[in-house]
Amino acid sequence: MTVTRAVDILRTRWYVTVPVAFVLAGVLVPLGYLFVRALQADPQTLWDLVVRWRNLRLLGNTIGLAIGVLGVTTLIAFPLAWLTTRTDLPGRGVLTLLGVLPLAVPGYVMAYVLLATTGTYGTLAQTLGLVWPRLSGYSGALLALSLCTYPYLFLNLRTALLGVDPALEESARALGYSRWQVFWRVVLPQLRPGFLAGGLLVGLHVLGDFGVVSLMRFETFSYALYLQYAASYDRIYAACLALMLLALTVAVLFLEARLLRGLLLHRTGSGTARRSVPLQLRAGRWIGYAFGGGVALLSVGLPVGTVGYWMADRVASGLPWASLGSSLWASVSASVPAAGLAALLATPIAYLGVRYQSRWTQTIERVAYLGYATPPLAFALALIVFTLGVVPFGYQTLGLLVTAYALHFMAEAIGPIRSALYQAPPNLEEAARSLGRSPMGAFASVTFPLMRRGLLVSVAFVFLSAMKELPITFLLAPVGFETLALNTWSYAEEAMFGEAAPYALTIMFFSACFVGLLLIREQTATGQRTEAA
Amino acid sequence: MSEPLLSVQHLTKRFGPDAPPVVHDVSFDVGGGPSAEIFAVLGPSGCGKTTTLRCIAGFEHATEGTVVVQGRTMAGPDVHVPPEQRGVGIVFQDYALFPHLTVLENVAFGLREGTSAEQTARAREALEMVGLDSFEERRPQHLSGGQQQRVALARTLAPEPDLILLDEPFSNLDALLREETRQEVRQLLKDKGISAVLVTHDQEEALSFADRLAVMRSGQLDQVGTPEDVYYRPRTLFVAQFLGRTNLLLSQASGREADTPLGRVRLDREADGTVLVSLRPEHLTIAAPETVDGPMGTIVDRAFKGHDITYLVSCENNEYLVHTDNRELYEAGDTVALQPLEPAVVLERKSTPADVPSGVTPEPSEP
Repeated sequence: MTVTRAVDILRTRWYVTVPVAFVLAGVLVPLGYLFVRALQADPQTLWDLVVRWRNLRLLGNTIGLAIGVLGVTTLIAFPLAWLTTRTDLPGRGVLTLLGVLPLAVPGYVMAYVLLATTGTYGTLAQTLGLVWPRLSGYSGALLALSLCTYPYLFLNLRTALLGVDPALEESARALGYSRWQVFWRVVLPQLRPGFLAGGLLVGLHVLGDFGVVSLMRFETFSYALYLQYAASYDRIYAACLALMLLALTVAVLFLEARLLRGLLLHRTGSGTARRSVPLQLRAGRWIGYAFGGGVALLSVGLPVGTVGYWMADRVASGLPWASLGSSLWASVSASVPAAGLAALLATPIAYLGVRYQSRWTQTIERVAYLGYATPPLAFALALIVFTLGVVPFGYQTLGLLVTAYALHFMAEAIGPIRSALYQAPPNLEEAARSLGRSPMGAFASVTFPLMRRGLLVSVAFVFLSAMKELPITFLLAPVGFETLALNTWSYAEEAMFGEAAPYALTIMFFSACFVGLLLIREQTATGQRTEAA
Repeated sequence: MSEPLLSVQHLTKRFGPDAPPVVHDVSFDVGGGPSAEIFAVLGPSGCGKTTTLRCIAGFEHATEGTVVVQGRTMAGPDVHVPPEQRGVGIVFQDYALFPHLTVLENVAFGLREGTSAEQTARAREALEMVGLDSFEERRPQHLSGGQQQRVALARTLAPEPDLILLDEPFSNLDALLREETRQEVRQLLKDKGISAVLVTHDQEEALSFADRLAVMRSGQLDQVGTPEDVYYRPRTLFVAQFLGRTNLLLSQASGREADTPLGRVRLDREADGTVLVSLRPEHLTIAAPETVDGPMGTIVDRAFKGHDITYLVSCENNEYLVHTDNRELYEAGDTVALQPLEPAVVLERKSTPADVPSGVTPEPSEP
């Protein structure tokens, strides 16, 4: 029923048609174009490029890293989620906050921190005289990525643990199962959707990561892609690598959807008001503190301490105010328009999705999310190839960078706008229509005021994400356009830790704002849920 | 009735070209002006009554048929006047008050002519009309359900539409408030001479609120008439059952009389052959067995309700429901004689399934 109406609206309202078309084209055309360009090479060359030992090794490294990170993040996130939801550990709130804070440390900053801590010139050696072998390769990438991505899993597992209806556990206990058996047979199976959702985020993060693997010099698809681009730039091979990375991402998305099938139905909708009776840790609480403290020390204390140490070092020799200012301006001048554009594009997409839910509108939203899930390096490369081939005047312009940011981060903008739209049910607009307003007038006088807050949150999310973005900026920034992220990365790449510190610190500040916003939003969402219940 | 205010003719609505019609060939008129009337569309949920209303309001495009308001074709072949140009007010089930506006701003929302001072004055008038003038600065979410309902009504009435549509407007109120509000709203509409179309699944509401009503089933109107007409002379089994419980008798009719399981019974109209007839519980009574020679039954159950008593009487393997006043006192197990007080109503054969048993109909299920 709504399919025809969604199509009707797309046909008759340009202010919906244009943004939707822009998003669909912006995400799909470059990726398709990349595919077509790769296929233009003669079959023999293509065969040689794709079927070679090196690719197999890259595949092995990429998958191996993803699995490793999933394993480590689970080992960190699961006990932490359990400690903060199911025990009587005092200070659970602080521990929760500490478990979320690493989101404020982008991967490349974490990698920089690990590099600057270890080795002969590292912080450990300089302060404690402790020479720890310089982290690099698999172990370095594994540690850096795990430390900055486990919050995704932690948050999802927490929500899942809180969502389990205590009545289920109590029934199982009454049926004669021990506490441990209940956890194993009743609680754990219900955590699967949460685990898969968090795991997907971690997995996509690893696949898309460029900053960590490039600094740790660990050969994954992204790193090879970067090397191709930076050194020889064999366009066809780069395109092939990007496509293989893309295929891997799609495979992960499918795997997740498959594993999730049928599971979501069992999930309890909103959090239950009643909490299950917490486990009394008694002496065990010291183990809990040791674990939580250790994790917090590594994932939050270490970055702050290390960046602080090198910053102090840098302040002594004078801060590069001019360069810091110009890179801050560069970051802002790309991020602000990107945030505006993303919100502008996300509004009609979210509107269609909420008001005319159908397979059509779902497809449109999925495309928007595909732009988010696509490894940024592959996405940026596709945009370069497309621009050079079709609109060469657009290459290396700020406009292209802004568009790329907007298309990539739009998914972050859709969420808040969607939830804001749920606050403005469709019959409000209908009421406005029956009181004499045109379709656009009804939207402007009723729906827009109600979704303004959500819109602001969207803009903020995209702005802060774009501020710390690295791989897209790396490939698409105009010549001489040096953002905070680019400076942090390139100084770290050359082991100039002191020089990198001011940029890293500024980034961490903006990222912390991002996390703060995320937490406030979570809290209002929970607040609204309890109020509604 | 002279020229009707609203005329719906052969209205059909399909969602999608191959989908079955949700509203099928629906026709009715609603009077306006001096003969302004309140019309109710009554039916179970999913019968298409709300879709009919939304076609009149203009939120849905009619697939076939016409909607004419005051002689102006709003919907018809190649015509679809957008809702904002129809001058038809609507009150939604959940009121749809704008949460970002105050009560006064809500009511003034539809007033677009004159200066803003004039608009405010008119909005105040509308609020006064519903007795909420002291609440104008509040936000709608801080009002009770009944107050929100009245704000919604004031907002709809403020632009002075000739016709208002009411989409289950009382269903979110609790039982006590519902009846009171219903009477107030009816009085208000009558005082102002405004025509209204009410959509509801509550038979009591339709019977007490409307001047005329239509009973809708699976997208079609089974019967249109005054409340008394529809209640006492249901045309189909569905209407008979939907408006309350009734007793069905599978009978052999000849002329104005029929042989029924309860003996020979008068009919409301002529019929021949096998027919299904309906007798409301209050049109049956029971008497001591020795006083009359009718069919005998046994009291199975009784419910004393103070002002009246409901008996369930078993007779030849069927059970019948009888409402009597509180002077007929019997106990379960007593033998009584069953007596019809009024002619039985012959139900249309074409819409009656073949295997309907005689006896009392089941409690209508809550839609």
